[in-house]
Amino acid sequence: MSSRPSAKPAAPAPSSKVKTLTIDDRLVSAREDESILDAARDNGIQIPTLCNLDGLTPVGACRLCMVEVKGSSRLFASCVTMVGEGMEVVTDSERLQKYRKTIVELLFSERNHVCAVCVSNGHCELQNLAQLLGVTHLTVPYLNPKLPVDASHERFVNDHNRCVLCQRCVRVCGEVEGAHTWDINGRGIGARVITDLNQPWGSSETCTGCGKCVQVCPTGALTEKGKSVREMSKRTRFLPYLTMMREDRSE
Amino acid sequence: MGKTITIDPVTRIEGHSKITLKLDDAGHVSDARFHVTQFRGFEKFCEGRPFYEMPALMARICGICPVSHLVASAKACDAILAVKIPETAAMLRQVLNLAQMIQSHALSYFYLSSPDLLLGFDSDPAKRNIFGVLEKNPQDARDGVRLRRFGQQVIETLADKRIHPAWLVPGGVDQALTADKRDLVLSWLPECYEIVGRTLERTKQSLEGFREEIRTFANFPSLFMGLTTADDKLEMTDGVLRIVDANGKVVVDNADPSTYRELIGEAVEPDSYLKSPYFKPAGYPGGMLRVGPLARMNVIDGIDTPRANEEWAEFRSLERGAVLSSFHYHYARLIEILFGLEKIDQLLHHPAILSKQVRAHARPNNFEGIGVSEAPRGTLIHHYRIDENGLIEWANLIIATGFNNLAMNRGILQAARHYISSQEIHEGMLNRVEAVIRSFDPCLSCSTHAVGAMPLVVELRDAGGRLLDRKAR
Ligand code: SF4
Repeated sequence: MSSRPSAKPAAPAPSSKVKTLTIDDRLVSAREDESILDAARDNGIQIPTLCNLDGLTPVGACRLCMVEVKGSSRLFASCVTMVGEGMEVVTDSERLQKYRKTIVELLFSERNHVCAVCVSNGHCELQNLAQLLGVTHLTVPYLNPKLPVDASHERFVNDHNRCVLCQRCVRVCGEVEGAHTWDINGRGIGARVITDLNQPWGSSETCTGCGKCVQVCPTGALTEKGKSVREMSKRTRFLPYLTMMREDRSE
Repeated sequence: MGKTITIDPVTRIEGHSKITLKLDDAGHVSDARFHVTQFRGFEKFCEGRPFYEMPALMARICGICPVSHLVASAKACDAILAVKIPETAAMLRQVLNLAQMIQSHALSYFYLSSPDLLLGFDSDPAKRNIFGVLEKNPQDARDGVRLRRFGQQVIETLADKRIHPAWLVPGGVDQALTADKRDLVLSWLPECYEIVGRTLERTKQSLEGFREEIRTFANFPSLFMGLTTADDKLEMTDGVLRIVDANGKVVVDNADPSTYRELIGEAVEPDSYLKSPYFKPAGYPGGMLRVGPLARMNVIDGIDTPRANEEWAEFRSLERGAVLSSFHYHYARLIEILFGLEKIDQLLHHPAILSKQVRAHARPNNFEGIGVSEAPRGTLIHHYRIDENGLIEWANLIIATGFNNLAMNRGILQAARHYISSQEIHEGMLNRVEAVIRSFDPCLSCSTHAVGAMPLVVELRDAGGRLLDRKAR
């Protein structure tokens, strides 16, 4: 077989085969429709992630889960790279640490993540990552963009200053709630999450007000209105259960 | 030929500033100005943020008195929510605010001013700092450290964080007090009472030796303003505004703090980032006000804790009307520390202090909210306006140090006229001019130069701006 990893198939084949590979010098086996990330986690090997969330389709947006695969000089986002027979994966190296650190630094520099006065302070996945990776200061300049806060919704607030464009909100709204209120508008550094056709959240026709987007948002970008600094902690556990229940029903 | 003396930076105060003294041709001081050279612009970057973030955001104004801003800000937010916060929450906020006052006063008295008071204004500047005090009067230095630590420990115990707690929230506090935390705080009190007791005694005995300073440290008539309880007792957290004149006569009584705009005007001077608020009906600059410990002692009719009340009565007997010398800010600070300890004692013994009902929940019901409290340095006003979504449209803060701006300027002029002439500049004379500012304990946020390690540069310039002499320490 080719050593080149393949992208995740749209739907897993029902009769999936087992592949054997090594991750960090450990011999592991995994179903062929499993991603490297899942295979690693099944074997107790932790790879840092941000956009990834159990119960949502992986998109490989944040690139934090990059790993090295022997035989290729490029890095692979382990959440969207399927396991392959005989693959040799390295999840932690000096090079990977450097890239991961830089990614987190760039996320911090692109918007105004002022942890000290953020409602999600102490409960934020971006903050946790920075701590995990030892990002104590930035080596790139802050862009300090002037970004608005959309507080037009009755119960929720969207603060673009804290958004990392992970698209969890977009996915949970489209895939789980089925409302597809959220989307990404613009490109690159100008990209923004929008509701409906880029109108204030409070005037959205499609939003059901379920709050799933708020719970899955890893930072203080989507929050409950009225939560003070440090008070906004998220609950994401509901997601796998919800998915499980639905699968049960459809069987 | 006229000269200008610049004291830059002013040391042993909270923040960055300089003093300029102008000398006329005869070598007499003709003008004195206190410039605050740092600019923060906090009001501006609050715009567009959700109002309920304000307490924690505003607390960042200052690392010395964050709790004061938390309190005033949380009160402004309560007003936006239009709620009356639960009784227990109000008491817990009081405890926190008093602890903050104690630690700040201890810092001002022991760390920043005791080098002058204990070692003398003319003592060796290299040793005129807290380490010099530690060498000569180790007990005093230790007392200062202990008292300050008490204040910080109380804040930490209640709010889980010493410097920037986020425990105060719009509508109350976010966690009830537990019995073991209460008992822990109570167990620290006896030692603190002893410290304040002996410091007060020593301070009162030493007053005789500072007659000249008492006479010349911003000692002049002015108005005094502060919050009081409904029955005109000392109050730090809630209450109503009272203003008295130099004779002690009540000019404004029981004023609802949210009507502050009828009482207070704000003037802007071209050479300082500090605005100068004044008593509106008396005009500018005639409506010069003083706030803070001295003012609070002057506006009240008593203190509702026994030991502090006795000390207050003795303090007020210093003069027939209001006590006018700003030198007595130090003395007033000690009385307030005693009050703080007694009041915390009282509040923690209140039967409802452990109640779990500590937060009122509501959506914004007003577009505008005003919160007023007493910070260690005096009356503090936070005023916000929000849009229909709850985002801050406009914010105005009037900070205690601002209220004292006019009086500080007048005060250094008075001291400089008395102590300085162009013939010779003694370091001890300049130190006295600085000490006038220090007695007000201005908080120019945020840094503490508690060790006096910052260089003091004095420049003598003639009327044309030519440098004649320069001294540095
Ligand atoms: S709003 Fe939150 S969930 Fe949505 S893209 Fe931004 S960070 Fe991710």
